[in-house]
Amino acid sequence: MPVESVFPRLEALLPHVQKPIQYVGGELNSTAKDWDSCDVRWSLMYPDAYEVGLPNQGVMILYEVLNEREGVLAERTYSVWPDLEALMRQHHVPQFTVDAHRPVKEFDAFGVSFSTELGYTNLLTALDLADIPLEAAARTLDDPIVIAGGHAAFNPEPIADFIDAAVIGDGEQAVLEITDVIRAWKAEGRPEGRDGLLLRLAKTGGVYIPKFYGVEYLPDGRIARVVPNVSGVPWRVSKHTVMDLDEWPYPKQPLVPLAETVHERMSVEIFRGCTRGCRFCQAGMITRPVRERSITGIGDMVEAGLKATGFEEVGLLSLSSADHSEITDITKGLADRYEDDKIGLSLPSTRVDAFNIDLADELTRNGRRSGLTFAPEGGSERIRKVINKMVSEEDLIRTVATAYGNGWRQVKLYFMCGLPTETDDDVLEIADMATKVIAKGREVSGKNDIRCTVSIGGFVPKPHTPFQWAPQLSAEETDARLEKLRDKIRGDKRYGRSIGFRYHDGKPGIVEGLLSRGDRRIGAVIRAVYEDGGRFDGWREHFSYDRWMECADAVLPPLGVDVDWYTTRERGYEEVLPWDHLDSGLDKDWLWEDWQDALEETEVDDCRWTPCFDCGVCPAMDTQIQIGPTGKKLLPLMVKNS
Amino acid sequence: MQRIRLRYTKRGRLRFTSHRDFQRAFERALRRAEVPMAYSAGFTPHPKVSYANAAPTGVSSEAEYLEIALTDPRDPERLRALLDESLPSGLDVVEAVEARTPGLADRLQASVWQLRLEGVAPAEVERAVAAFLATDTVEVKRTTKNGLRAFDARSAVMALEVVSGRAEAAQRVGEGEATGAPTDIEQSADRLGRGDCAILRLVVRHLTPAVRPDDVLSGLRATADLAPPVPAEVTRLAQGPLDKETGTVTDPLAPDRDAATAVLTTAVGLTGATVSDGSA
Ligand code: B12
Ligand code: SF4
Repeated sequence: MPVESVFPRLEALLPHVQKPIQYVGGELNSTAKDWDSCDVRWSLMYPDAYEVGLPNQGVMILYEVLNEREGVLAERTYSVWPDLEALMRQHHVPQFTVDAHRPVKEFDAFGVSFSTELGYTNLLTALDLADIPLEAAARTLDDPIVIAGGHAAFNPEPIADFIDAAVIGDGEQAVLEITDVIRAWKAEGRPEGRDGLLLRLAKTGGVYIPKFYGVEYLPDGRIARVVPNVSGVPWRVSKHTVMDLDEWPYPKQPLVPLAETVHERMSVEIFRGCTRGCRFCQAGMITRPVRERSITGIGDMVEAGLKATGFEEVGLLSLSSADHSEITDITKGLADRYEDDKIGLSLPSTRVDAFNIDLADELTRNGRRSGLTFAPEGGSERIRKVINKMVSEEDLIRTVATAYGNGWRQVKLYFMCGLPTETDDDVLEIADMATKVIAKGREVSGKNDIRCTVSIGGFVPKPHTPFQWAPQLSAEETDARLEKLRDKIRGDKRYGRSIGFRYHDGKPGIVEGLLSRGDRRIGAVIRAVYEDGGRFDGWREHFSYDRWMECADAVLPPLGVDVDWYTTRERGYEEVLPWDHLDSGLDKDWLWEDWQDALEETEVDDCRWTPCFDCGVCPAMDTQIQIGPTGKKLLPLMVKNS
Repeated sequence: MQRIRLRYTKRGRLRFTSHRDFQRAFERALRRAEVPMAYSAGFTPHPKVSYANAAPTGVSSEAEYLEIALTDPRDPERLRALLDESLPSGLDVVEAVEARTPGLADRLQASVWQLRLEGVAPAEVERAVAAFLATDTVEVKRTTKNGLRAFDARSAVMALEVVSGRAEAAQRVGEGEATGAPTDIEQSADRLGRGDCAILRLVVRHLTPAVRPDDVLSGLRATADLAPPVPAEVTRLAQGPLDKETGTVTDPLAPDRDAATAVLTTAVGLTGATVSDGSA
């Protein structure tokens, strides 16, 4: 039975909303496959506005991987802004995909990608608009199975009531495996209904089905244990890891939107994982081990991607791009190749100590330069030892001096506030660092108009990191510390005017902290916030701290817990953490030791260059780190046909 | 340097493309099609494209114009086909001529607009049109960048008529009626308000401040209380030089085409001779 497009009904609403183009689809390289010739159908969502969600690589990759398969169809959907949401409710237009404008409810699977927890309320909006029951328990065979993925899915417990399944780790192979299970189950006539399918998925060992696990609590509110409540499902669910990135050169045909989006460039992931071991960094911990894409693989993807998109900028994406074993040859090779084409190059995440003049030069050769950004993260040498961000002030000043010497005028420095063991002094040292940067900059450039911007936000402890046990700094203390820093910078007569100061107040971090380290009891808070109108929590103009606190205060105290219990409370070694049954490959004891090392201000090295420190990932996955150098170079391409 | 003038459309759902959106899409299409573009000088060079008088977001158009500068000459028709293929369907490149005359922008003196008004009876619209045309000035207000402004919507209107319509009774007889407009593309089948419908066509001079089709609608409301229940669906059918006598709009690319034919004829006539200065 063909599924009707809701576009005609939607179209009538579009003249009344902001930026209607975001809802019409038809992006270059998008696909709308024939419904009836496919037997497994996915809708994929990035639960934020189109302008943020469209460039997301995760969704783009899965969309393409699925659509390449015969008999499988994938379409995309994004959060609609409140203006359209109101009209959709009024005119009964359901949550739709932008590809063929089909109702999300009609698909077999609804995959939602969470790179941040702040998308949870948007999940509820989408489910409700789609006419899918918010609670998984109320769903029937008429509803898709709702699957969460992305980094936040490494602790899916706060949304356990609303999702049917969660996948942790890389999605490329996982979505295909899930597809096969769905196909077989449908072909057999959906034996044992929804639960039949969920049980099959759970038994693969790589799909977490919350309803098959019971959570028991201790009288003091902590978790006693999490146990499977049906037989045949694993005690712990393991993460997925794509080992050879060259075998998965996606996206091959990146989407090119008509609407303006946050990232208008051709991104190529040059490696996954990071073993720097920064202790605050969830991404670095959960994506181990390091897997590099080869220099030639990168070159081919860039070439094919530029042809397919016409983008004028290439972004070399990863967690710490300058760490690729052949980064110099890659940037130089690409800069050579596209010298005449006015293609800009960028490295979105670059570490101070790995940054070098060669890179800066190659990146600016084609004429475009944005300011340079560095992330020392901690203001004092001591706190940088705690977080294992091994950057000495000397290194930083030297690198920054080179940058100013090479003609850069603007340097941005990123920091966090509220790191474990931090005191006011650690944070106030940021001001000293910034003045040294300016002083050095004026000296080497001979100019007075150079600038340095300090950008700082509150630290949020995350699951599967050594800081998962750490107390979060309260919003009030965070704000007080940030104000002291601001006053110190502003008060500096000689350098203060050259230093910009941007900070994020501590309140959103508390909500993020609640959602990051929350357990199933947080679901009721999310629902209450949603029902009270909470939407788009990643957006300053929509986020309401007061609403979150009011809802949490209504829901949590009767259960014997509260917001502080989840955020500012330090956890002990023996505590069962809500995400312990989700296996990121990291050994919990290793994480604990690393936490103890942090408290003792002991650093650990990067296992790419020094002996393995037994974090547990490689043996758990029966693998090892995959890095170059391959020794290959990028060849200039043939003269283009004209 | 070769300059090529293009006519393109904004059709169907892509009428929601804003002008900025179109610019980005077009510049990317130029790259994909590997058009040898001339670039502006400066720190961040831009391909040389001049856009003229773009239709507002949400309005369909059969007649948008732009001009590009190439460093290497190309056959206009082949270039057109290439660019058309490179753009999403709906943003269609429908005509290309080599620029052989100055001042395309100056030639865009007036537009022909079509307004599809759902939910109003043609007779009612006829009455409003007559009232509007009978007055000399019709003051309307619109919020612009500089705040709320009042201006005359009447004097820019060179022609205004109801070209077709459908009354409720007639409509019930058969579905899938023709709209009467030859260029009415991709009309979605199921709109709000299945009842009456009237189609207006108007010729509006390009003045400052610009009088847009919705200003004329405001004018119709001001003079005759015409208030369609759903927003009008607006299409620009043509824009170009205005023949003041007849109130018609002619093809703005015609002078370039004529010049091209002239050059061609000259070239043919001179076959065998040494051509020193063939181009205009
Ligand atoms: C580009 C980028 C951005 C861009 C674009 C965001 C976007 N729309 O994608 C911008 C600048 C807008 C941005 C903003 C933010 N970002 Co950001 N961003 C990145 C960056 C550099 C790349 C992301 C990426 O494309 N990764 C590659 C793709 C392929 O990975 P992926 O999305 O995880 O998808 C894979 C799997 O997770 C899985 N998967 C994903 N979804 C699903 C769904 C299903 C159903 C399944 C089965 C599988 C699955 O399959 C995919 C393929 O294997 C990463 C760092 C990094 N290298 O990952 C940070 C990163 C993701 N961002 C981060 C953060 C914190 C943010 C912000 C919250 C920052 C802020 N405070 O404002 C905002 C949030 C924006 C928002 N509302 O979503 C953090 C997340 C921290 C964490 N918990 O791990 C990261 C990891 C950076 C870091 N080192 O801390 N970001
Ligand atoms: S360098 Fe540090 S912060 Fe960056 S991804 Fe690696 S571990 Fe995380």
